[in-house]
Amino acid sequence: MADAPESPDRKGYWPEVIRLTLTLLAIWFLVSFGAGILLREFLDQFHIGGAPLGFWFAQNGSIYVFVALIFYYCAAMNRLEKKYRIEG
Amino acid sequence: MDWTLIWVLGTFGLYIGIALWARAGSTNDFYVAGHGVHPVVNGMATAADWMSAASFLSMAGLIAGMGYGGSVYLMGWTGGYVLLALLLAPFLREFGKFTVPDFVGDRYYSNTARLVAVVCALFVSFTYIAGQMSGVGIAFSRFLGVDFNTGIFFGMAIVFVYAVLGGMKGVTYTQVAQYVVLIFAYTVPAIFISLMITDNPIPQLGFIGNIKGEDISMLQKLDETVKGLGFESYLASTKTSFDIFCITAALMFGTAGLPHVIIRFFTVPNAADARLSAGWALVFIAILYTVAPAVGAFARHNIIESVNETTYVPAADYAAGSQRVSEAGESPSPAWFANWESTGLVAFDDKNGDGQMQIRGPAAPDGLENEVTINNDIYVLANPEIAQLPEWVIGLVVAGGLAAALSTAAGLLMVISSAISHDLCRRTFFKNMSDKTELRVARVAAAGAVIAAGFMGIYSADLAFVAQVVAFAFGLAAASLFPVILLGIFWKRMNREGAIASMLTGLIPTFAYIWHFKLGAGKTATPDQWFLGVSPEGIGFVVMILSMAVGIAVSLATKPPPQDIQDLVEDIRIPGKRRSHGIADSGMAPVD
Repeated sequence: MADAPESPDRKGYWPEVIRLTLTLLAIWFLVSFGAGILLREFLDQFHIGGAPLGFWFAQNGSIYVFVALIFYYCAAMNRLEKKYRIEG
Repeated sequence: MDWTLIWVLGTFGLYIGIALWARAGSTNDFYVAGHGVHPVVNGMATAADWMSAASFLSMAGLIAGMGYGGSVYLMGWTGGYVLLALLLAPFLREFGKFTVPDFVGDRYYSNTARLVAVVCALFVSFTYIAGQMSGVGIAFSRFLGVDFNTGIFFGMAIVFVYAVLGGMKGVTYTQVAQYVVLIFAYTVPAIFISLMITDNPIPQLGFIGNIKGEDISMLQKLDETVKGLGFESYLASTKTSFDIFCITAALMFGTAGLPHVIIRFFTVPNAADARLSAGWALVFIAILYTVAPAVGAFARHNIIESVNETTYVPAADYAAGSQRVSEAGESPSPAWFANWESTGLVAFDDKNGDGQMQIRGPAAPDGLENEVTINNDIYVLANPEIAQLPEWVIGLVVAGGLAAALSTAAGLLMVISSAISHDLCRRTFFKNMSDKTELRVARVAAAGAVIAAGFMGIYSADLAFVAQVVAFAFGLAAASLFPVILLGIFWKRMNREGAIASMLTGLIPTFAYIWHFKLGAGKTATPDQWFLGVSPEGIGFVVMILSMAVGIAVSLATKPPPQDIQDLVEDIRIPGKRRSHGIADSGMAPVD
């Protein structure tokens, strides 16, 4: 694009947002539907403290990861907006 | 004076005080709190808005009874916030209007689409609010000795004051206060019961720790105990993984599609604050949701240990009775059981006439019948007594349950009243209404909605009915609202025809399926009669996939949306000053 250096680059921004979103949703899927449901029986042979790992992901672990995912997303989006000179 | 009464009156006074302070002066104040709420404050308000009487009172008991099977609620009711933060909230905030039907109607340049969205929003919100109001009625009738209908009347009066006067602004700040009350009431007893069972003050750590003074993990011991009594294993479930998958997904996508949750993100200043606010909301929700499975497990362990095989002592003259039993060398049933018997939440039926209380599962190895029934709510309500906390803590738990019910009810009322005053009156039928008239109509609509909700609460006093219809709210939100909002943001080609087809595909089969298997002829059906083995709670997810497919197919077969709409979609994807886009904004200018 022939944009002046200070003007926002909207064309480059959106594909990067999509890539970030899909990556984070893959993790979201993995810790809940993956570890907590589909892989539970396999993971239950390992333990975190006194709890079987798959069971723990289903009742506690996935929630911690959800929180971390959203805050990571906020930080990554702020970085992207700076990079593409988009003002929030 | 009774501690419960002191807490309830004290907190109600606080809510009214906040309402008088946060009055709404314009429709912008009334619908979206002037777009000026700090993201952390909004996060806290969202947490209270989201966590209902069921989350507060019933969820721990539900999980205690279901063990691993209860995980669907934990993952389902938290995972939706990831979807909200990444896929919906910041873009809907950037869109810059007041309601969910605003988005659907303007993005799909169609008042038909707007009306279908209004129907979905009203249906979801009314099913949900009935449960909150009857929760209030029950709290009053059981703990303050007033009758059920009077209790609902008190609840209505209090919500009336802050929702009608303050609109979203009043609701926001009372929800913050309600969050503080409910989280304090939930975690204090949880810390003490965790100390009692595992010697660890942090419930989440006690959950994965050992039983106090023993070399066996709490969960392991609980699992062995329940299996020994003939219950299903605590750490596994007899449901198929596929069904658990569908229920979890329906609850997650449903959470993300619930209008009363979505509109909370319209109250913050901009898109960046909307995503940050979703993160804070989940932090505040996670505090309760990670403690709940611990409370459930501790309480189930404790209830079995302290009640099973004890000698029943009736509540009348408990002190003398228990002393007599102890002198005879037997262990008496605990005092809390006697205290809660009068509420009907716990009951003992001595089927084999031996005077001992037997707790047994359906497959008990000794063939004895279960004699003790324990309501789900008791796990939270009786916690302070079981952990031998002072009496004022018990009153606090009742105030916490009321805070949870009232805060959710208020959020739902905002959806119902704005659907009428804004979506129907201002945007569809009387397009030239002034802001001042609309504000007046909004207050009248809120007042009407409070009264309607109260009657629904009285009508649905039968709580089993309420529990059944909650499946509707999530299923319908997931199948009818989530797909059109998601595609409206991420797929420019989605058009009016596709949106209407998609919403109807979501609405009708979901409604029919849940009605048939929950309330209609299929009530007694066994899982193998369900479509693909999916329970009514999980069908919303299956229909959601179908509704997206129909929306995409119909859009591709019809004309692309006008250029104005495509420009609008481009614009809301990118934070920053939102411009006006012809037909998309001709009915109502976006607010910055």
